[in-house]
Parts: sequence; C-alpha cells; structure tokens
Amino acid sequence: MNWNWLIGAGTALVAISYVNLQVANSDGRDQPISRLFVPTVFGIGLLLFWEGIVQGMGVPGVILPAPSAIWAAFTASTDILWLDFVQTFVKGALSGYIIGAAAAFLVALVADASDFLRRGLLPVGNFMAALPIVGIAPILVMWFGFDWQSKAAVVVVMVFFPILVNTVEGLRATDRMQRDLMQTYAASYWQSLFKLRLPAAMPFIFNGLKIATTLALIGAIVAEFFGSPIRGMGFRISTEVGRLALDMVWAEILVAAIAGSAFYGIVALIERRVTFWHPSQRRGR
Amino acid sequence: MTDATIAKPSGLGAGVRAVSDAVLPVVAVVAAIIGLWYLACIPMNIHTALTDAERAGAVVTPAGAAERRDMGGIGLALANTEIVPDVFSQERPRLPAPHQVGMELWKTTGEMVLTGRGFSKRSLLYHAWVTLSSTVLGFLIGTVAGVGLAIGIVHSRVMNMAVMPWAIASQTIPILAVAPMIIVVLNSVGVTGILPKALISAYLSFFPVAVGMVKGLRSPGAMQLDLLATYNASQAETFWKLRMPSSMPYFFTSMKIGMAAALVGAIVGEMPTGAVRGLGARLLAGSYYGQTVQIWSALFAAAILAAVLVGLIGLIQRAVLKKMGMAS
Repeated sequence: MNWNWLIGAGTALVAISYVNLQVANSDGRDQPISRLFVPTVFGIGLLLFWEGIVQGMGVPGVILPAPSAIWAAFTASTDILWLDFVQTFVKGALSGYIIGAAAAFLVALVADASDFLRRGLLPVGNFMAALPIVGIAPILVMWFGFDWQSKAAVVVVMVFFPILVNTVEGLRATDRMQRDLMQTYAASYWQSLFKLRLPAAMPFIFNGLKIATTLALIGAIVAEFFGSPIRGMGFRISTEVGRLALDMVWAEILVAAIAGSAFYGIVALIERRVTFWHPSQRRGR
Repeated sequence: MTDATIAKPSGLGAGVRAVSDAVLPVVAVVAAIIGLWYLACIPMNIHTALTDAERAGAVVTPAGAAERRDMGGIGLALANTEIVPDVFSQERPRLPAPHQVGMELWKTTGEMVLTGRGFSKRSLLYHAWVTLSSTVLGFLIGTVAGVGLAIGIVHSRVMNMAVMPWAIASQTIPILAVAPMIIVVLNSVGVTGILPKALISAYLSFFPVAVGMVKGLRSPGAMQLDLLATYNASQAETFWKLRMPSSMPYFFTSMKIGMAAALVGAIVGEMPTGAVRGLGARLLAGSYYGQTVQIWSALFAAAILAAVLVGLIGLIQRAVLKKMGMAS
C-alpha cells in the first residue's frame, strides 16, 4: 500500500468531478469548447485514477498494468506495433473492407432491379447480419492459408451483409413523387440511378459503411487467433497474453482503439462531404 | 408498404397471397444459396476426392496428386465426372455438403437425446448450453448496467457531457480484441467458470444498450414533457409515466443488438484460451484436428442459437408493445 498514490487517485477523481460539475452547470456549457473539455477532463481523470490505484495498491503488472507502463511499452515498441498494424489493418482489414463493400454494393444494385430478389435477399441479409459470423474464421484460415488473405476473406464476409442490407434499404428511400419526376424527364434507368436514387441512398450506405468499420477490425483481429504469420495485432495479443506481458497487450489494444476510431472518423468525414444536404449533417440547431 | 396500407383484402386467398409474397422469395433465395453451396463443393473437394479414388484403384486423369495440384477444380471435375459424386461424402472435406452438416447436427443433438445421452460431452446441446448460459448471464449484466448508465446520462447533465462521447466512441473500438486478456487475467485472480466469458458478453452488450436507451429515454417530445411539467410531475413520475414507456421500442431493438453481441462475445471468449466446452471450443477443436464437418455444425448451432435468442426477444417485444398499445 502506498497511501500517497491512493490519496492522489482520490483527489484526481474528486477534482475532475468538481471541474466537470462547474463547467456543465455554467452558462458556457453549450459552447463547442466545453463540449470537448468535459469528456477530455473525464478521460484524463480516469487515467490518473487508474494510475493511482495500480501504483497505490501495488497491483501486479500481470493483472493490470498502469497507464504509464502501457505508454512505455507503446513508445518502446513502435516498430513492432507498426508492423502489426500494417499486417492486420492495412493488408487484412482494409483490403477486405473494400472488397466486401464493393461486392455488397454490386449485389444490392442487382437485387434492387428485381422486386422478387429484393424481398428474398432482405430478410436473409438481415438474418445473416445478426449471426456470429466471426465463427467462420477457422474455416477461412483453413482455405486461404495463414497470411493476410484469410483475414481479408473473413472481413469480406463480415462487412458484406450490413452494407448489403443498408444499401438495398437506401435504394428504396426515394418516394414516388421523385421517381415520377424522373419519369417525366424521360430519364433512363442509369440516369435516375445516378442522379436520384444513389444520392438519396447515400445516408443509408454510409450507415452500413460505418457499422462495417468496427466489424472489419474485429474480423481481422479474431481471425489471427486461428493462425497467422508471426506478426499481426491478433497474433501479438494472443501470444503476449500467453507470456503475461500485459503492457504489450494493452499497447496493442491502444493501437486497435486508435485505428478503429480513426477509420470510423474518416468514413464519417467522407459521409459529411458526400451527404452535406442531409438534415442530420446540419450544424447547429 | 403501399399495398399494405390500402384496404386489406380478406379471406383465404389474401392469406395465401400474403404468404407467397413474403415467403416465396426467401425460400427461393435460400434454395439458391444451398444450390450454389453444392456446386461449390465440387471444385473445393475434387482434389482430395481424386486422390482418394486413385488410392482405391480408380483410373484418374491426369494420374498423380502432384500433377493435379496446380490444376483448377472445375477442369478436374469435367475430366473425371464419375468421381464427382464422391465430393459430397468425404470424411474431412474442405467444404462439407449441406446434408453432411445437417446429418452431423442431427447426430450430435436429436439422435443423442433419443439414446438418452443428450447432455454428454459429445453432444452439441451440451456445448450450446455452456455458451448459452454465459451469453444470457452476460447479457443480463450488460443490459442492467446499460440501462442504469442511460438513466444516469438522461438525468445528469455532467454525465451526459462527460460519458456520452466515450460511450459512442467505444463503439468504434474493436473491444473483442481484449477477450483473451480478460479470460487469462480473471483466471489468474481466481475467477473461473462462466463469469469471465459472461463479463466479455456483458461488456459487448453494455454499450449498444446504453446508447439505444439514451435515445429511447429522450424520445418523448418537448410537448409531452411540457404537459407533465404543467401537471407538476416529479422527475421520478416523469420517468415512470412518460420516459420509460416511450423508450420501450428502443429498448427491445437495442436488446436484440446486445444479445447478438453477447453471443459473439461468449463464442470468442471460448476460443483463444484452450477452453474445452462451448461452441467456440468446438470451433477451435475442429480447426485443430481438421474436422471440418464439426466446425460447420458448431457454426450452424451458433447461428440457430442466435436466431432463437433474437427471435425470442422479438416475440416478447411484440407481446409487450401490443399490450402497451404501441404495436408496430
């Protein structure tokens, strides 16, 4: 027991609560700066509390490493982490994401052309989207080998159904008046697709793309638990857990968190550019 | 949409048409998938089928497994049409045929029940039960905690400002990656059994439920809230009489997502730690020993479990919303 650390942890918790209470009840609470300030302070306070508890109670590093130890592991092994990132994220998740999204988009276009196909595919796709698809990871690793191809394949299957379902829904999002207008313009199928229905479908498509970002990373990481070359985030996590080097595991999780939220953020940014006209993108209220 | 809102035709004919409208396309798509699956079996399994047939003394063109290794599966199948039926009945196929998976499922569930060994360790029912118990326990923990957090967020401005961004951001993080660590760490502290797996499930179902419930508890409009304010309703009364009832559709939708996530968490929690029980362990053991039929049957068992759990919530949703007069 090191009381100084414990007292420090308690003080940090009280201090952040006090500061956040003050800001949240002040007049400037709706300013963008306080919307950013409050969660940031909360996060920092939690980290300080974590550090204080681990140091003060003397929690062994094999159970819960302190944030400082995790950061030390992170900065000391950036080269390994970067290799793992490239292997898992760039080669596995990103390539699978692009292939899966393109495939889902094309299938959705075909399904949309036929009412029968759409009514058949939509329930099946919805059903598949709720299944534990990560389970196919061992099968695909068996088929495509240990390298990134099998991870990309898992990602393709995982992202396919959410994007398919959302795109099919989106292509139906125009109403009769708008389609009739295109008809009176004598627009061809492709004209009305590109000028009306695809733009109208974009909010739905991006919803699917955003859901799929997390799934892609999960698929790539979990597939590595079933066999991978000696690099990759999932490989590193499972082997370092076996060696009880938890600071390295947490560093890898930090990388996954950064990669996951950056990926999501980039897709959300593109969405804002593409669907600037949609009510949900309006700033202010 | 438009057809349904126009006055509904009644009688037997309408019922048959409604069924054929909704069911026929789904049946057709499922049949097409099964057909494609059978077709895919041919190129996937033809190499091993030819090798086996050659060992058994059949004449195969071209002879020798090494010759055939780099040849396409379809070409091989066309050159050896008499061997093709063998691809559907191998013991360890690369891609088992649907009927093989179905037989294995029946062999490890129904048949074992009939012979009174329904809960032996070779029964899928036993493994499904192991997974189900930790899924449901984790789901309950996660749902209760998620609803609790949502109530806190809705009623406290500080919590809303401080916690909500993190709750949303956490959904973009591949939380599942921590599963092996949680299992190993909790084991080393002495927590074993279904609790570590249940905690992963709880963690995964926690955030969808919390975010969905915040949305649901905020769904009453300003008019409705103002009305209760003119009635001089307390915060607790507003919660029980307005916010809670109007959040119910959101509650059930997020419970469905949470349940699916909890099942994934339980399965993944069984995978990386050398667990010997549960559907995830079946998947892992199957992949270690090349028992592809076992992997596929475990996968289908997981899919059926997910469908039953989500369907069950859907049934409860329908009953509750109907009773509340909000039937969708």
